Amino acid sequence: MIIRYLGARVWILVAALVAAAILVPLANLALPANHPLHVPSYLVPLIGKYVCYAMLALALDLVWGHLGILSLGHGAFFALGGYAMGMYLMRQIGARGVYGNPELPDFMVFLNWQELPWYWYGFDQFWFAALMVMVVPGLLGFVFGYFAFRSRVTGVYLSIITQAMTYALLLAFFRNDMGFGGNNGLTDFKDILGYPIQADTTRAALFAASCIALALAVLCVGAIIRSKLGDLMIAVRDAESRTRFIGWRPEYVKLFAFTLSAVMAGIAGALYVPQVGIINPGEFAPVNSIEIVVWAAVGGRGTLLGPVIGALLVNYGKSVFTGLAPEYWLFVLGGLFVVVTIFLPRGIVGTIDHGWDALKARRRAKNREKGESEGTGNDPNLAASPAE
Amino acid sequence: MIGRSALFKRPTSLAGPPDKPTDRGLAFMIRPMPWLLALLALLFGSLLSAPATAQEPATTASGDPAAIVQKFGGKQSYDETEAVISELAGTGDPAVARPLRALRDGDLYWREGDQAVFIATRDGDEYDLLDPMTGETAGTAPRGEMEKVRVKNSIRNAVTLALGSLTLRSDNPAQRLRAAQTLFSEADPEMIAPLTEAIAAEEDPAVKTAMAEARASAILASDAPEAEKAEEARILAARGDREALAMLSRFADSAQTPEARSAALSAIAQVENNIAFWNQAQNVWYGLSLGSVLLLAAIGLAITFGVMGVINMAHGEMVMLGAYTTFVVQEFIRTNVPGLFEWSLAIALPLAFLVSGLVGLVMERGLIRFLYGRPLETLLATFGVSLILQQAVRTIFGPTNREVGNPDWMSGAFEVGLMQVTWNRLWIIVFAIIVFVALLAVLNKTSLGLQMRAVTQNRRMASAMGIRTPWVDAMTFALGSGIAGIAGVALSQIDNVSPNLGQGYIIDSFMVVVFGGVGNLWGTLVGAMTLGVVNKFLEPFAGAVLGKIVVLVLIILFIQKRPRGLFAQKGRFVDA
Repeated sequence: MIIRYLGARVWILVAALVAAAILVPLANLALPANHPLHVPSYLVPLIGKYVCYAMLALALDLVWGHLGILSLGHGAFFALGGYAMGMYLMRQIGARGVYGNPELPDFMVFLNWQELPWYWYGFDQFWFAALMVMVVPGLLGFVFGYFAFRSRVTGVYLSIITQAMTYALLLAFFRNDMGFGGNNGLTDFKDILGYPIQADTTRAALFAASCIALALAVLCVGAIIRSKLGDLMIAVRDAESRTRFIGWRPEYVKLFAFTLSAVMAGIAGALYVPQVGIINPGEFAPVNSIEIVVWAAVGGRGTLLGPVIGALLVNYGKSVFTGLAPEYWLFVLGGLFVVVTIFLPRGIVGTIDHGWDALKARRRAKNREKGESEGTGNDPNLAASPAE
Repeated sequence: MIGRSALFKRPTSLAGPPDKPTDRGLAFMIRPMPWLLALLALLFGSLLSAPATAQEPATTASGDPAAIVQKFGGKQSYDETEAVISELAGTGDPAVARPLRALRDGDLYWREGDQAVFIATRDGDEYDLLDPMTGETAGTAPRGEMEKVRVKNSIRNAVTLALGSLTLRSDNPAQRLRAAQTLFSEADPEMIAPLTEAIAAEEDPAVKTAMAEARASAILASDAPEAEKAEEARILAARGDREALAMLSRFADSAQTPEARSAALSAIAQVENNIAFWNQAQNVWYGLSLGSVLLLAAIGLAITFGVMGVINMAHGEMVMLGAYTTFVVQEFIRTNVPGLFEWSLAIALPLAFLVSGLVGLVMERGLIRFLYGRPLETLLATFGVSLILQQAVRTIFGPTNREVGNPDWMSGAFEVGLMQVTWNRLWIIVFAIIVFVALLAVLNKTSLGLQMRAVTQNRRMASAMGIRTPWVDAMTFALGSGIAGIAGVALSQIDNVSPNLGQGYIIDSFMVVVFGGVGNLWGTLVGAMTLGVVNKFLEPFAGAVLGKIVVLVLIILFIQKRPRGLFAQKGRFVDA
């Protein structure tokens, strides 16, 4: 029943992710290096990175595609989750740092700090760090959303304010006396949960964890948009005032989705950091947050599958292109923004859906002509119609 | 004492010997009448030199600087040189400034044969000789014959001091003022008497005040009675700058009597108040300067956003294009017509307006008009354009900062009270105001402005009244972009011209627009200035970065109260 409820497409995606979580580590670890299906070790964290980005794009799409809130600050939640994980990893280094201080991370010793700041307490415990990965971005999203939605800041204003938020955090995290490593951020991680972070097995495990997390996120988002809440979200997106007049409270709907989205972004960031081995204030840069939007836009906003595919495609393209001609990547990215908004407003998945629907409608019309009336096709997909 | 005060009287050259080269008229008069001269000399000599000879035989020559200068001739100890310097200074004749300066610069020489003193400049194997007093050429001499008057740092200092007291009597008020200012920081008790005299003779009030301050500083440094010092402390308190504060606190530390102490302390309090006041003034000034930069950057954004409801993320790149236009214009002028460099900014202004305006027009016609009614998509598309423009500039001009020069009238600074005002900042404020007023005039006095306001207020109604809204959109966008280009010309004078120039301003400009509200230029003005001043006032407490964060947080909170900004438009079209 639950399969019917969520639609086949969600399950196909989940199955693909679970398969990837099992097969890619296997192909990396078990197959010999000269085997044609062998996945080289450098590729595992790279694809793992894309998976984290996909999760981030999914989180953004939850609020943009389904609620019409264009957040230009989702990179902030991602980075906060990453920092929470980075703090745990820093504490795991222990006395193996350059200065050999068992208590303080290297950069604090370097800055002549005598003791650990209070907000670093507890990060030597994984469970605490894992909690903070969700609580900190969630709390920021909640407080920010509470103020923003309560006073009905919408549209472009909201986008600019979210951008200002991540910009302010960028400035703040660049400061050395914030106690987050300043410009250099947190890096030189040694191990996670006792396993060496550079080892192939650990990386394979992290990759699998990322895929599973993304699969869970897809299930979660799928369940929400299938529920009555999902319908309400679409209603708020397309006619906020009308929804309010009917008697709903759009601000609560938005607040819930925004907070959930922030938590998801935080988890994505936490999985991202151990795979790339560094987190620095650059992740807060407004440009990063806007890039997330283009992933979702390329894949197709509000299509569930789209952001995931978009993030994978764009980032794969970025890797390929920066390898070939790094100076032209910005041209491509800029062009992507323009082309997608003008020629492909539904995104890849949305356009295919639209074409498919149109095809089905034509066939139905033909069938009707033949006099064979058929039950309406069970369309599992939301038609992607851009807000406003 | 008598000697000293007499030294600073301008010498009457009547008593001078006949070989003084300047007094040609006198020499002409003297030659036919040797007997009269002898008589006069006898008369004056018996009258004037009688008391002087009793004290010190050298004073007989005190009236004649030319003779004293000659004393530099011959091998001397430094002490002897210094004695000659003070003797020269004692004449009070501004003409001795020339040999003294030459001495300081190491250009004073004496001839081995007759020990005559000259200012000499080397010319190959020879020296060109100048008369030390008049500066007239006095022939040449081979290198071997000339000997330099040796100087060391203490001698140079003595010369500087002597020059300071000399110029107190100069005919040029500016020079007298400079002398007084030098003496103020020297605070040399020796100078009290000459300053007192100079003050009595001074007529220019500004110079007089400066001299009084110099005298006060000298008295505070001397061992005068504390009551007198306390009196002088008031003059320093009125001056009220940091130097005065340092002197006053030295005085307060050394004061013996409670009266002097309390006088010093009250003077210190007064000075501290004064400094605090000027600090605030400086902050306001910096704030206004930052605000005018923000205004320039944001004003174009405000009209495009106001009229079209579109946030142009490429606005910062329009500013950057303006700055690069300035760079190109200057390069062209440097290589082709260097004489026009002072005019480079004036030439760049219309060009920058055209370049950025044209790019804006192309953007509107080629891109944005397809996205009407979808503001969020427009935001994304314009962001894409901004990336492309940035990379294009980086490819063409390179990723590093390009050098844009300041014309002379843009560089330098002057002081108002204790506040430093740089010319480029001042001109940018003036320029921002001009742009603002011009734009206000366009909006309120032209038909395009009328149509723009109509579309801002109610697009459908305006369209129904026959306004071609697409055309208005295009013109608005071109105008807003062109103004951004002009802003770029101004910003090129105070900021690094690099492909990232625009990015630095874009978020701040948005903040200004969001804070000030849409559809009203006054909102942009007030928003920009408020943000600028608040930023600069927060900086001393919180540091530049934290100050900026605080401002961002404040704006986010402000938006809670007034989601449509400070100068929100009222009416039913608002919640479209």
